[in-house]
Amino acid sequence: MKEYGIPVPRGSVTKRSSQAGQITYDLGSEKVVVKAQIHAGGRGKGGGIKLASSPEEAEKAAQAIIGMQLVTHQTGPKGKEVKKILIEEAKDIKQELYLGIVIDRSGKSEQPVFMASAAGGMDIEEVAANTPEKIIKVGANPVVSYSNFQGRKIAFGLGLDKPLIGELSDILKNLYRLFIEKDASLVEINPLVITEDNRFLALDAKITFDDDALYRHPRIKGLRDPDEEDPLEVIAKEAEVNYIKLDGNVGCMVNGAGLAMTTMDLIKMAGGEPANFLDVGGTASPERIEKAFRILTSDKNVKAILVNIFGGIVRCDRVALGIIEAASNMDLKLPMVVRLQGTNAEEARKIMAESTVNFEVAEGLYEAAEKVAQMVN
Amino acid sequence: MSILLDKNTRVVIQGMTGKEGSFHAREAIKFGTKIVAGMTPGKGGQEFDGIPIFNRIIDAVENEGANASGIFCPAAFAADAILEAAEAGIKLIACMTEGVPVLEMVKIKRALRGTDCRLIGPNCPGITTPGVGKIGFMPNFIHKEGNVGVISRSGTLTYEVIFQLSALGIGQSTSIGIGGDPIVGTTFTDALELFENDPATDLVILIGEIGGTAEEEASRFINEKMTKKVVSFIAGQTAPPGKRMGHAGAIISGGKGTAAEKVTTLKEAGVIVESNPANIGVAAKKVLQEQGLL
Repeated sequence: MKEYGIPVPRGSVTKRSSQAGQITYDLGSEKVVVKAQIHAGGRGKGGGIKLASSPEEAEKAAQAIIGMQLVTHQTGPKGKEVKKILIEEAKDIKQELYLGIVIDRSGKSEQPVFMASAAGGMDIEEVAANTPEKIIKVGANPVVSYSNFQGRKIAFGLGLDKPLIGELSDILKNLYRLFIEKDASLVEINPLVITEDNRFLALDAKITFDDDALYRHPRIKGLRDPDEEDPLEVIAKEAEVNYIKLDGNVGCMVNGAGLAMTTMDLIKMAGGEPANFLDVGGTASPERIEKAFRILTSDKNVKAILVNIFGGIVRCDRVALGIIEAASNMDLKLPMVVRLQGTNAEEARKIMAESTVNFEVAEGLYEAAEKVAQMVN
Repeated sequence: MSILLDKNTRVVIQGMTGKEGSFHAREAIKFGTKIVAGMTPGKGGQEFDGIPIFNRIIDAVENEGANASGIFCPAAFAADAILEAAEAGIKLIACMTEGVPVLEMVKIKRALRGTDCRLIGPNCPGITTPGVGKIGFMPNFIHKEGNVGVISRSGTLTYEVIFQLSALGIGQSTSIGIGGDPIVGTTFTDALELFENDPATDLVILIGEIGGTAEEEASRFINEKMTKKVVSFIAGQTAPPGKRMGHAGAIISGGKGTAAEKVTTLKEAGVIVESNPANIGVAAKKVLQEQGLL
């Protein structure tokens, strides 16, 4: 944001609470804020943001925050361990605003949209749900890009004083440039504050980048913080397997994302709890199957596995051989239901039935889910 | 009859000399599709199974009368490929490529707005009309000629549904995979309108999933404009919020785009929403029987 000329407070990040005092001293500010650095909002309410008026106080606050398990409405009930803090100068605040750009997917729009609200500092999702009239929306036509009238629409809508209107317009213009140039899908400043001396300052921000555009942003790719991700998901990403960990005990391996989601739904419907989402890819090659099994079984909650493959281009008999090979290589002991449908499904079922590895074979979609649910219940 | 594809459709494959492109071009030919040209910049003048390869789409249009295109090129080149096809006057483009940045799609949608060029995808299995042909990579054997239109945001789940239908003796007029991205060329609403106006389609199956508002917009269209019955399934009842479930567009963000929300809206519009994905074919059969259409 600083690079794009958006006013942000001065401050530094550290992992060590012992450095908090020095950072505070160097800032030379009367007051500082110590902020937990995790990838989630709502940190203040959870005790992850503290004010301090001296280097000693800052160090104390840092000690309290680093290492804490911070629970917010965005972290889930387990919360996230805080490993880093940001210490920055604190200013006296007159007003808090919300400013954001998102991609509006709805059919009539399909373009970036500015969102602004005078109800800043609060959970914007709540504002949108309860008082949608408090949010000003202005579409940004990708051909026109930014024009000052959009800024005026927002500034007057927020009821800002005249001297601040030009400055807000500059912030919006720069934010839009950042959004486009960095392939963001969400940029959000919450709150954007107006200080007692009538200046704008972005106190907290969130940017979501488009995964599909990371190939042209190596620097952003480098910002990835594995500490903020589930360790199994990090391993899966490296193996190029599409995996998301859930809390259940039925592991599943499916080809295709839509069918993978559907398989999770089926497991639940049959009385089980899905342990994950896993899309092994359309082709389901033996190497990928083995990688997927390894990831699945690293989750110690998994008590049974459901494999659901629809063979379209890929032949089921090949997939069957791949499953048997992978299971034997790994000496897989967990009970497993395998459902193969599509091209050469009958040959595949025969191969599975004749193999020495212990599989339950299922033909129907629901039948497969019921069988695996029985194994865990 | 059918939608979008017919006997006059002449297809050029962009990226035909690549691994994916060449395999699926051959499959499409086996299915009866008229593939008249291939396009790979730098390979113009070569032939692929006797089909001419060109450097530019405009050459395929002028020399071979291509009027539809299938795109199989890598993600970094897909947006450019779409724009080139549109500029050359291609009327139907199916882009199978996964991973096109969403801001590229924002620009493309704006460029195509108001033109008579129809884009399907990206990140989709394409479009298939049994008895006529296909652009994309839906497996050949699952289809059967008939009177049910299929629209879906996913791939293998769509095959599963088409397979269920065919096994029950229910054929399809056309099946379209509209793609799993946040912004796609042809929306549910666009496809519903095409099927509503197609005399060969009696019933439509709509396979949706979490994320975005496409199903809600479809519900509005169904409620206001559709005379034909719609059967639906929504994937992702158990998907956690804030996580991208494989497809770039399948994400519940800010509490919006949940499966429950979509199911409710569709039901309110009179859609038969089947909760068990194993029973979608059966549900369709029941409606066809009730209406004397089977």
